[in-house]
Amino acid sequence: MNRYPLWKYLTVLIAVVIGLLYTLPNFFGESPAVQVSSAKATLKIDPATLDRIQTILDQAGIPNTGAAFELNGTVGTVRVRFPTTDIQLRARDLLEKAFNPNPAEPSYTVALNLLPASPSWLSAIGANPMYLGLDLRGGVHFLLQVDMQGALTARYDTLVTDLRVALREQRIETTGIDRDGMSVVLSFNNAAARDRAITALRTRNPDLQMLERTEGTRLQIVGRLSQAAITTVQATALKQNITTLHNRINELGVAEPIIQQQGTDRIVVQLPGVQDVAKAKDILGRTATLEIRMVDDTPAATSALAAGTVPFGLERYLDRDGRPILVRRQVVLTGENLQDAQAGRDGQTQQPAVHLTLDSKGARIFRDVTRDNVNKRMAILLFEKGRGEVVTAPVIRGEIPGGQVQISGSMTAEEAADTALLLRAGSLAAPMEIIEERTIGPSLGAENIEKGFNATLYGFIGIAIFMVIYYHLFGAFSTVGLALNILLLLALLSMLQATLTLPGIAAIALTLGMAIDSNVLINERIREELRNGESPQNAINLGFDRAWGTIVDSNLTTLIVGVALLIFGSGPVRGFAVVHCLGILTSMFSAVVGVRALANLWYGHKKRLQSISIGTVWKPKD
Amino acid sequence: MELFRIKRTIPFMRNALVLNIISVLVFVAAVFFIVTRGFHLSIEFTGGTVMEVSYSQTAPVEQIRNSVASLGYTDFQVQNFGTSRDVMIRLPLATGQSSAVQSEAVMKVLKATDASVELRRVEFVGPQVGRELVENGLLALLFVVIGIIIYLAIRFEWKFAVAGVLANLHDVVIILGFFAFFGWEFSLSVLAGVLAVLGYSVNESVVIMDRIRENFRKERDMPVVEVIDSAITQTISRTIITHGSTQMMVMTMLIFGGPTLHYFALALTIGIWFGIYSSVFVGASIAMWLGIKREDMIKPLKKKDELEEIYEE
Repeated sequence: MNRYPLWKYLTVLIAVVIGLLYTLPNFFGESPAVQVSSAKATLKIDPATLDRIQTILDQAGIPNTGAAFELNGTVGTVRVRFPTTDIQLRARDLLEKAFNPNPAEPSYTVALNLLPASPSWLSAIGANPMYLGLDLRGGVHFLLQVDMQGALTARYDTLVTDLRVALREQRIETTGIDRDGMSVVLSFNNAAARDRAITALRTRNPDLQMLERTEGTRLQIVGRLSQAAITTVQATALKQNITTLHNRINELGVAEPIIQQQGTDRIVVQLPGVQDVAKAKDILGRTATLEIRMVDDTPAATSALAAGTVPFGLERYLDRDGRPILVRRQVVLTGENLQDAQAGRDGQTQQPAVHLTLDSKGARIFRDVTRDNVNKRMAILLFEKGRGEVVTAPVIRGEIPGGQVQISGSMTAEEAADTALLLRAGSLAAPMEIIEERTIGPSLGAENIEKGFNATLYGFIGIAIFMVIYYHLFGAFSTVGLALNILLLLALLSMLQATLTLPGIAAIALTLGMAIDSNVLINERIREELRNGESPQNAINLGFDRAWGTIVDSNLTTLIVGVALLIFGSGPVRGFAVVHCLGILTSMFSAVVGVRALANLWYGHKKRLQSISIGTVWKPKD
Repeated sequence: MELFRIKRTIPFMRNALVLNIISVLVFVAAVFFIVTRGFHLSIEFTGGTVMEVSYSQTAPVEQIRNSVASLGYTDFQVQNFGTSRDVMIRLPLATGQSSAVQSEAVMKVLKATDASVELRRVEFVGPQVGRELVENGLLALLFVVIGIIIYLAIRFEWKFAVAGVLANLHDVVIILGFFAFFGWEFSLSVLAGVLAVLGYSVNESVVIMDRIRENFRKERDMPVVEVIDSAITQTISRTIITHGSTQMMVMTMLIFGGPTLHYFALALTIGIWFGIYSSVFVGASIAMWLGIKREDMIKPLKKKDELEEIYEE
């Protein structure tokens, strides 16, 4: 009865093997590496960059232990590992020189980094070490609150311009269009005009919910954005802010930044290893700017360009293909007036295009400028870190009213998407405020790891000693089960690429302390059955079976708590909860299936078992 | 080795009344301290200001502490930050005072003792974050309590569910009482610890209830009180050993875990000890006062069949 079918043993064996494989990467530590990423939003890192780095290193005779290209979203990075920190530093200097010939204008970020040193065959099967939380590795944490009211106000401001243009086009007379808090108020002299306006706007602005009202003698329409439109505005604002933050943080050369949405209006930024909080804050708060200026294509300017001189009142910039363009110093519009940029297609030709939405002021200026400069070129420049680059320089075909600008021409759909992203990335959609900030020094982090690890280790040793003394062989089985529990838990956490924090380590320790409960329940039950006169084989069987119900009950109630913490917890509490929940599951498996397998393997085949090693079974004398 | 050589059923329930009165008294005392003293909430809950100052030489941490104390602050922290010349000062959120005013006042007294001191940055944990944490903490507690009641009511019976939850809330309130009485810092990790205790303590009650049910089934003529007594007696050695093991783990956290885990481990320690006490004396006796009977276990017949099937295998 105490024999497992082969598949059960195999299940346990496979669990152990998988556990070992996936826990393994955590023990290799980290190796020095150099990371090359783009410092400009217009520059992309691709696999060709990897080849270039390899060639540079090979020529200089610098050995490396592996290089890889990684695409994270749209942002590519190349990471190269080196055997020692000396070589790492040499390589960094070399690559820095090769990639950024002009140190004043770096196009690439070449940063030192630490990479997991686990062998590549482990990474190939997806076995990577756990990610260490900031409290364990040091770094900065920001929680930013996005001002959604600000984003909405800006949207209403654009709407006012938009409506004004729309009504003028339809020749509908109004006595005023204004933003009133979170609504737009349109006033009319007569009911006919109002009715026409409603009909016109209903098709043009389906997002707008219109209410008629009479204020004194004036007839009005109060327009509010629909809930769906508001949600879209907010989601876009948040997304754009995250994109902008991504671009800015790339400048910092942070190894593995985390920029995540939290809730509907918050952004978490974690910068591991960054100690210079002031600089980090400065960069987060800085705006890359977008400018629209006129291109000078006059013969005089063209010849000056060919001669390499820059006439007065003009400036020379490079476009994305590296061709020089002369633009006027005078700025037509800045990114402040840009509200949105979306990739799409030209309504008539179906060619890929970028649709820009300008705010009221921008729309007015743009209309005037385009009217006065038909058939001339207009340049859209992006300034990052004080350096400008021409993103695109289209020819103006005619007056563009309404603040809706379309850039089309010879571009692919991907280029259109990139340009839209670039233009959006220029500025923040809505102001942000830091509402939480945490900084942990690297030494404190290392100390936390050590303390957490020691506490767990000593506790485990203590429990192991007690179990073996008290339950003899069964205690040893329990200890092995407990070790299996840690193994599986660490493997699971590594597989999920969970972030290990100090509360997480505490949860591991606590889970071990609580996991022993299942073993004690089983062992005590077996003893009890022996005391009641059962044969050893029977006692083992009954002990496991009868303890099972209790184990399930008690673990499920604990799981309820874990889930509650997971749902309602944030930050450190969530880190605790994840480990706690997983630990409950692994402990049930290891205590019930794992330990049973050991006991079966050891005792199962013995037909006439006289006694089992479970410590003294004391029977009261009657 | 066998620690517990129990010859006969221990009459735990004989003293139930006295112990329950003690429980009620401790509970009331805990509530009293929570109400009168309140909690020393960490900056995570309260919001507050963090300042980083830099000295030209090694920072006189003790002197800074005295200077800040002279401004009337009681719960502030002064610690080295990064290098020995940099010091971090945490101040609580003062009502009606912006963080700028606070930091200015602190800088003034620091400058008075050492003019070389330089303000590096002033930081802030917004009160909205803290408010949310408090709300979420209470929600979590509610979710846990309701979840446990539902589970126990389905798995056992409503009287057990009520008894179990009351016993556990008793533990939680007493832990909170300790934190209020001693003014220990109540942080997010302590909250996690308290909720973990809630689960752990239920665990304990469940084991005893399981046994009570089993004994009801086995001993058809035994009086209710004796059934409860024997269930506790049969599980007492498991109770002590399990808790001893968990306590061993928590103790190492308390000793080796450093300041971050200190109060977390402390909350667990109190929770573990009161967990034992409450599941034995509070949970079981409340179930007894509520009048559990053999007839409450109607489902058992089905359950028994299942068990017999297992035996036959």
